[in-house]
Amino acid sequence: MSQAQKPRETLGDSLLSVENLEKTFRLHLLGGIRVEAVQPLSFKLREREFGVLAGPSGAGKTSVLKCIYRTYLPTGGTIRYRRADNGVVDMATCPEQTILEIRKKEIACVTQFFRCAPRVSAEQVVAFARAAQGASQEEALEEARVFLRAFAIPEKLWKAYPVTFSGGEQQRVNLARAMVQGPRMLLLDEPTASLDARAVERFLAALESIRGQGTTCLGIFHNQDMVRSLATEVIEVKPLNGG
Amino acid sequence: MALNGQFPLLRVRNLSKHYGPFCAACAGPARRERETNVCPECGGTAACMDVNFELFPGEVLGVVGESGSGKSTLLRCLNFDQPPSAGEVFYSGADNGHTNLFTLSAQRKRAVRSSLLGIVYQSPHLGLNLDLSAGANVAERLLIQEGAPEYARVRGRTFSLLGKVRMPESRVDELSRTFSGGMQQRVQLAKALAPKPKLLLLDEPTSGLDVSVQASVLDLIASLQRETGVSMLVVSHDLGVVRLLTHRTLVMKTGRVVEQGLTDQVLEDPQHPYTQQLVASIL
Amino acid sequence: MKADSPRSLLDPNADCRRHAFAYLDESAKREIRRQTLKAVAIPGHQVPFAGREIPIARGWGTGGLQLTMSLIGPKDVLKVIDQGCDGSVNAVNLRRLATMTTGCRTVSRTCEATLIQTRHTVPETPLAAGQILIFQVPYPEILRLVEPSETVTRRMHAEADYHRMWTFLYENVVQWGGITIGFRYPVKVHGRYLMDPSPIPRWDIPKLDRSPALMLFGAGREKRIYALPPFTRVEPLAFTDLPFEVEQQFGARCARCGASDAFLDEIPVEEAGKTCWACSDTDYCDQRLADKRGDNGA
Repeated sequence: MSQAQKPRETLGDSLLSVENLEKTFRLHLLGGIRVEAVQPLSFKLREREFGVLAGPSGAGKTSVLKCIYRTYLPTGGTIRYRRADNGVVDMATCPEQTILEIRKKEIACVTQFFRCAPRVSAEQVVAFARAAQGASQEEALEEARVFLRAFAIPEKLWKAYPVTFSGGEQQRVNLARAMVQGPRMLLLDEPTASLDARAVERFLAALESIRGQGTTCLGIFHNQDMVRSLATEVIEVKPLNGG
Repeated sequence: MALNGQFPLLRVRNLSKHYGPFCAACAGPARRERETNVCPECGGTAACMDVNFELFPGEVLGVVGESGSGKSTLLRCLNFDQPPSAGEVFYSGADNGHTNLFTLSAQRKRAVRSSLLGIVYQSPHLGLNLDLSAGANVAERLLIQEGAPEYARVRGRTFSLLGKVRMPESRVDELSRTFSGGMQQRVQLAKALAPKPKLLLLDEPTSGLDVSVQASVLDLIASLQRETGVSMLVVSHDLGVVRLLTHRTLVMKTGRVVEQGLTDQVLEDPQHPYTQQLVASIL
Repeated sequence: MKADSPRSLLDPNADCRRHAFAYLDESAKREIRRQTLKAVAIPGHQVPFAGREIPIARGWGTGGLQLTMSLIGPKDVLKVIDQGCDGSVNAVNLRRLATMTTGCRTVSRTCEATLIQTRHTVPETPLAAGQILIFQVPYPEILRLVEPSETVTRRMHAEADYHRMWTFLYENVVQWGGITIGFRYPVKVHGRYLMDPSPIPRWDIPKLDRSPALMLFGAGREKRIYALPPFTRVEPLAFTDLPFEVEQQFGARCARCGASDAFLDEIPVEEAGKTCWACSDTDYCDQRLADKRGDNGA
C-alpha cells in the first residue's frame, strides 16, 4: 500500500509507525561480510508519548534510532511519520531534501556525544540552531538564553566555549540546542551515559519539562529505572541471537 | 522537478572533463570502477566523468575525495574557469533553468558568473589581486556593472562586506599581500559575497591554514551561510570540514561520483567500499 | 642634378618630385585610409594597420605622420604643433618633410588649417567642421595601466569589461582622495569603447566631446589607428559623486597675452627666482596679442 493513501486511517493517531525495520551492514573492508544490526522491529508511537527502547547491549537500539533519523540507511521495512501538515512520509525511502526539512523543523536528535563547532560560545551554538530555521539573530539569541536558563546552565557560562564544560553541562546545552528548534519529536541516544548521578537528575528534570510541553520522545537509556517515571511506552528490542 | 515546493538551484548533468585522447573505453561502464584516471586503451586522462547532482536553495553540498578525484576540476567547470568536455549545467536564476549554461557565449558566461556565483579558492593568489588593497579586491567585484558607479556607495558596501567577515576597519585599505592566510581567505569570502550570489563555490577553503584559524574561518563560513541563505558547494579532502558545514555530500574517486547522500549518513553508514575506506582512515 | 648622385631629402636642391606625393606610395596610403575608415566606423576602437618605414624613427610621431601623409592632398593646408608650439624642433621637421614631399601650404593659424597634426595637445581655438585633427599617440592601449597582456586587454574591449579600470580609479580615490591621472585620462567613446586620448592634459579632454572636427589617432610604434568621428560623445571616466575636473590654474595668467582661459605652461625664470606662465598654444597666444594690438586687420 502506498504511504500516501489514506494516511489517517493507516497511522491512526500515531505520530510514528515503524514496520519490520531491518538494518544490515555490508563491510567491504572485511571482504564484504554482512553484519545484521537490527532484526525486524515494529512499533508505533503516538503524540506526546515517551517511548523507551529497551534491550541488552548490542541489540541494535542505537541502530534503530539512527535509522529513524536516517543517519543509517535502513535495509528493510518502513518508517512512517506523520508530518506537521498531516502528510505521511516513509522516512526510510523518502528523498534527502524531505529528510533535511524534517530534521530542520520537526525531529531533533540528542546523542551522548556533544559535537559542536570549535570556539563558538554556548549561547551561539544554541542560537545557531534556531537561526538556521530562519529566525533573526536577536530572536535566536533570546530563545537560546531561555532554554539555557530552563536547563539550568548558569549565565556566566553562556559566553564560554562548551568544550570547557563538564559532561552534564555539555549534555544540557546539547538538549537546549535540540529544543530551541521546537521539534515535534525528540530522539535521545543514551544522553546520560557519561554523566554522574547529580547531572543525570538535572537532565531528567529538563526532560520532564519537555514532556510537559508535549514533545514526543523516543530514547535509549542505559539505566531503565531512571526513566521509569517518564516512560509511557517500552519497546523491546530483541538481540539477534535469541536471549 | 519540484521538491517540497522548491526547485533545484543548480542541476548538473553528465559533467565530464578529459584531457588528451578519448576512446570508447574511456567512458564505458567498465571505466566506472577503475583505480586510475588514465585510460589503459588510449592513455587519455579523465579528470571527471558523468557527474550528476542537484543543489537546492539554501543547501550546502560537500564534495570529498582525494587527489585526482576530480573535485577541483568539477568546481572549475562550474565556475566557467575551464570548459567541460561534455555535460550540462542549469541554474534556476538563468532562463528559469532551461538553458545549458555551457552553451552560452564567453560574455554571457561572465555575466552569469558575476551575478550568480562566488568562489573562494584554496590559494588566495588565485582569487585575489594581491597587489590591491583588501577593499579594492572587494570593490573590483562590485564595479562589474553597467554605467558609472557612485564612489560613496561602493566604498560603503566594501566596508560593510569586510565587516561581515570580521576584518577590522583599519586594515581595509592595506595591501592584500600583507595579510595572513586566514585574513586573505576572509577577503576572498567578502569578495565572493559582494554581488549577493545564489551559489558560493569553496575549494578547500581552509586547507593550509593553522588549526585555530581554520576554526574561525569555518565558523564564519557557517554563519554567513545561515545569514544569507546562500547555497554552497564545499570541496574538501577534510571530512571534519564536510561534517561541520554540509547537509549532503558527494564522494568522488578517480573522477566519478561513487556515493551521494546526507552527510551524516555518508560518514556513519557509508555504502560504497571506497567511502568506507575513506571514513575508516580518519585520524 | 646628376643622374647618378643619391637623392636626399636633406638636400634642399634635391628634386623631390621623384618621390611619391607625400612620400608614401599609393598602396601604403590605401592601406592606411582603409583602416582609418574602419576606425571612423567604430569610434574608439583600435584598428591595426601595416605601418611603413618613413624617415622618422618610431616613437617620434610616425603614426600621426602616416595618417597625415595618407590624407593630405595638394589643396590641403597643414599645421603641425608639438605641445601647442608650432616652432618646436619636431614640429618644424615634420612640417618640412610635408612641404618637401607635397608642396602644400603650411600655417600656424589654427582656423586656416584643414589638417592639424599635434603631439599631446588640442588647440585652444575651437575646431570647425571639415577640419581634421591628427594625434601622435605613444601608447594606444589605455588598459595597459591595469593589465600587461595584450590578449587580455583585447578581450576586455571586446566584452566592454572595464571594471578593472574602475577599480584602479577607486584605489586612486582611496589613497589620494581623488583621481591622480594627469594625462592619458581614460574616456568612454560613444558609450562603448574605453579610449586613450593620448598624453593630452585633462584640460583638453572636454574639447574632444562632440567636436565638429574629425579626430584621428595614430600610434606608429604599436601600429594602431583609432578615431573620433565628428560629434561623438566622449566622456571622461568619473564616479557619479566625484565629477571630472580639469587642472586648476589658480588665477594664473599668461605673461605674454594675459589669458587665463588657456592651458598655461609654467616657466621658471632663473634670474628673478620665480616662475611665470605662458600659453601652451602659441597660435592662440599670438592671436590674442594681435587682437589686443588691433593688428588683426580686416
